[in-house]
Amino acid sequence: MTPVRVSIAAAIASVLLILIVLELIRGRRLKERYALLWLVTGVVLLVLAVWRDGLNTIAGWLGVSGYPPAILFAAAILFVIVVLLHYSTVLSKLDDESTLLAQELAILRQRVDELAAVDDSRDLL
Amino acid sequence: MTLGRVIAVVPAFNEEGAIGSVVTGIRALDPAIDVVVVDDASSDGTGARAAAAGATVLRLPYNLGIGGAVQTGFRFAHLRGYDSAVRLDGDGQHDPAELPKLFAVLALGDADVVTGSRFIGGGGDYRPPLGRRMGIVWFAWLVSRLTRRRVTDTTSGFQALNRRAIALFAEEYPSDYPEVEASLLVAKHRLRLVEVQVSMREREHGTSSITFVRSIYYMLKVTLALVVAMARKYTLPEEAARP
Repeated sequence: MTPVRVSIAAAIASVLLILIVLELIRGRRLKERYALLWLVTGVVLLVLAVWRDGLNTIAGWLGVSGYPPAILFAAAILFVIVVLLHYSTVLSKLDDESTLLAQELAILRQRVDELAAVDDSRDLL
Repeated sequence: MTLGRVIAVVPAFNEEGAIGSVVTGIRALDPAIDVVVVDDASSDGTGARAAAAGATVLRLPYNLGIGGAVQTGFRFAHLRGYDSAVRLDGDGQHDPAELPKLFAVLALGDADVVTGSRFIGGGGDYRPPLGRRMGIVWFAWLVSRLTRRRVTDTTSGFQALNRRAIALFAEEYPSDYPEVEASLLVAKHRLRLVEVQVSMREREHGTSSITFVRSIYYMLKVTLALVVAMARKYTLPEEAARP
């Protein structure tokens, strides 16, 4: 069986995670789009922490019935990996977008200088 | 087929010592060639020297690396409707005097991309450091196998392009160490690549940024990119043009 203290600690940690994420969204420091995965992580961990029979059953399926909290760690690690992978894709997209912006800016800046020069020469006439 | 309006795309990062002579070298060869220097957020006077030498200067707001800088030039060429483009590096390693060799082949109309190769037909006396040499040999072999045609110099950035190739590179160009992936991109889009023997000069100023450890890193990174690119599906330019 899972020690009760482990379940309590895990439940508190999950609730804290959910509260912190919600607070970050409320303060507009985190966009909902990027918070969703964290909230799912918090809820799944909370369910696993509170639903002790379920945790034991899953541990039995996976052959770690001797120490069910291992499932908690495994779930937490799995979700962190998913979140990080998701962020890597977000980062790659931002990278592409900032490259495109810089290129467009360089081309437009040259165009503006060119047009401004034409304007100036017209003023001289 | 004629070359039409020609633009020279010159990427440059902190090359104030070399950029002036690169620009004047191109203009001395043929004043009808427009020169656009892409200043990759240099901290020295690269942009000013290029402008003083008669180039159009595109100033990037922050450093994009060679791939992003080169693509900026091709975007500009595509936007302004140039018929042919040639890329020379801002460090002076590509000799403008070799340009007519590239243009001669491009003008025949049998190639979309003409690459100046240091190794085809014996090549010159170019002796790069070990790490770089390993990469050059490895990628020449790999790209030749993947594209089923012989490519001797996949790391050469000395290239002349026609309109189709300009359109492709304006739309899609790899990032750091881009030449190898670009040669695969050309093959994947069914563009015709022809190599011409050229000699390249030693760098006029500064040192090459490729050290041995970085060479290994780039070999791994670009190999991954090549393998993934082979598995990717590309829209051919003709297909994209059809409604």
